[in-house]
Amino acid sequence: MVANDMAWTRFGKKKDMPGGLWIKCESCGAMLFRKEFEQRNRVCQTCNYHFTLPARERVALTIDEGSFEEKWIKLGAEDVLDFNDRIPYREKLEASRKKTSESDAMVTGKASIKGIPCAIGVMNFQFMGGSMGMVVGTKIALLCEMAAEEGLPVVLFACSGGARMHEGAVSLMQMAKTCGALQRLHKAGGVSISVMTHPTTGGVTASFSSVCDFLIAEPGALIGFAGPRVIATTIKKELPKGFQRSEFLLEKGQIDRIVDRANMRNELARLLAYSTGLDPVAIYKAGEEKADGEVIDGQKAVAADAEVTTKTDKKADAKAKKADAKAKRVDKKKAKPKAKAKKV
Amino acid sequence: MSQSSTKPAVQDGLAFERPLNELQTKIDELRSLSSGSHLELQGEIDLLEDRLKRQTAEVYEGLSPWERVNVARHADRPLTTDYVTMMLDDFVELHGDRLYGDDPAIMTGLATMGEHRFLMVGHRKGKTVKDRLACNFGCAHPEGYRKALQKMQLAQKLKLPIISFINTPGAYPGIGAEERGQASAIARNILEMFALEVPIITLVIGEGGSGGALGIGVGDRVGMLENSYYSVISPEGCAAILWKSGEKAPEAAEALKLTSKDLLRLGLVDKVIPEPLGGAHRDQKGTIANVRVQLSEWLDELKGIEISELLDQRYRKFRQMGVPVEL
Repeated sequence: MVANDMAWTRFGKKKDMPGGLWIKCESCGAMLFRKEFEQRNRVCQTCNYHFTLPARERVALTIDEGSFEEKWIKLGAEDVLDFNDRIPYREKLEASRKKTSESDAMVTGKASIKGIPCAIGVMNFQFMGGSMGMVVGTKIALLCEMAAEEGLPVVLFACSGGARMHEGAVSLMQMAKTCGALQRLHKAGGVSISVMTHPTTGGVTASFSSVCDFLIAEPGALIGFAGPRVIATTIKKELPKGFQRSEFLLEKGQIDRIVDRANMRNELARLLAYSTGLDPVAIYKAGEEKADGEVIDGQKAVAADAEVTTKTDKKADAKAKKADAKAKRVDKKKAKPKAKAKKV
Repeated sequence: MSQSSTKPAVQDGLAFERPLNELQTKIDELRSLSSGSHLELQGEIDLLEDRLKRQTAEVYEGLSPWERVNVARHADRPLTTDYVTMMLDDFVELHGDRLYGDDPAIMTGLATMGEHRFLMVGHRKGKTVKDRLACNFGCAHPEGYRKALQKMQLAQKLKLPIISFINTPGAYPGIGAEERGQASAIARNILEMFALEVPIITLVIGEGGSGGALGIGVGDRVGMLENSYYSVISPEGCAAILWKSGEKAPEAAEALKLTSKDLLRLGLVDKVIPEPLGGAHRDQKGTIANVRVQLSEWLDELKGIEISELLDQRYRKFRQMGVPVEL
């Protein structure tokens, strides 16, 4: 709904018309009908490229409908450096807050995934490239502290260009803050799951998102420490094909699994079940509304480790449709106030 | 400012040193002249030396952040290896990460300094061209960070405190580094340093370049030498991204608030250790003596703190860095 709104506002401008109704896949170049593309949760039906997903959509897609108890909503950044790169940081913050109707680049709270309670944090790329500053760092720390106290597992979705330069060394220290919080969570017996989505780079990769107990990635996501351009100019060589993509990281032993967006909710539920002593098989089936065939399909998908393939397959398709329907329902509820804000 | 393309990429950050160096040369000349003849030049020399002192103090008082970055990178500035040879009474270097290799860009070893024994960890930049190339100019690979962690965990077993010297432009950006998990090596170090049950002191002695610095930078006491810098990104990198031009590095250095004074004001470091007049590169011995005094003081101080309390304090220290506001 939100994105449809945007399409309509753009519709007035002639040159933007294609951008409104159609989207060109960043990966394969295929033209995708926007409405269909959104129904597929921003995954290209031709090449299975996973586009960046706004935080609220991610939350809706991942958790049980109506289970989200958002926390620390109003935390905002302070411009302690008086940073100015032609446009003052203050103004950039203000503009980003207006544009996204969010206070910063991370949404945090308590929720359940297929009935399993957890603490969840999702980065929002729409807010200054999902950069990590004092707000993201502090929210992750608060989330881990709460989880440790209440015995909840933590799920963190990363989607970020790295540390927020506008907060200088303060943002650098958020790397320490988040790792320190995770260390204490782990020491208290808490379990953490990191999901790295496109893109996850710099200080976010080099901190909390790489030291969780489970490391999951969406297909084709760019994940790395240094940006590919920096590396190419440093070594003055062409980078290998697929460098720093999820599949590359899996091959190099850097991550546990690659999971399609359409399967993510189910996969997280399975890991959470193992982490909390529940029956993964029962959890896997739970919440699947009738349609026996689809459940069996899902199990086959698991057995075949289908998540490694980057191409769309029928199983993922079936899952996607179901997840779509679910997300849409939640979306309708959640998107209303946001849509209003967009128009302002 | 005009945008002449004939200018060097980034303005010379050490231009301010030129008049000081000229004056110094003049003094040296007069001195050799006076020793080789019967001329009485001592009065003149004293006068010039006095002037040099005053001028040096003035220049260093008013350095811009970008100029300080260049002082931090000065070729004659004492490196980790200088501290090892000049500050320590004994040093047993330990190599290798037990997984892949031995990264010369980070050196680790058991050290004795007076009555203190500790594990010394530090970025190594190298003195000669050959050394510098071997050390990638102080840019460590994952194996460097893993070596540091393996030795720090050894220090924990031996109940030795850890002293870490930071001096890196940043972690190495390369294919191998990424393949072997540069990000995860740094993140793992940061996480594990919160768990190490021995006191940790970290000191930025030159360049505190981003995650590559923080990868050995979690400590109970964090200090910075007066003319060192500590930043989330290099001024050049920041300028390239936000100003779309590497030439704007001086502006970026200003905006990033990366000097020792700034970090102290922001509550990100505990103390700034003063350098002798005119910077550490003018007086290595003096600098190293100042560092030695501060390290001894901190080692004594930390010895008295109970471990569980120390770990709590360590977390709280970083936990309070960057406090958001309620909107």
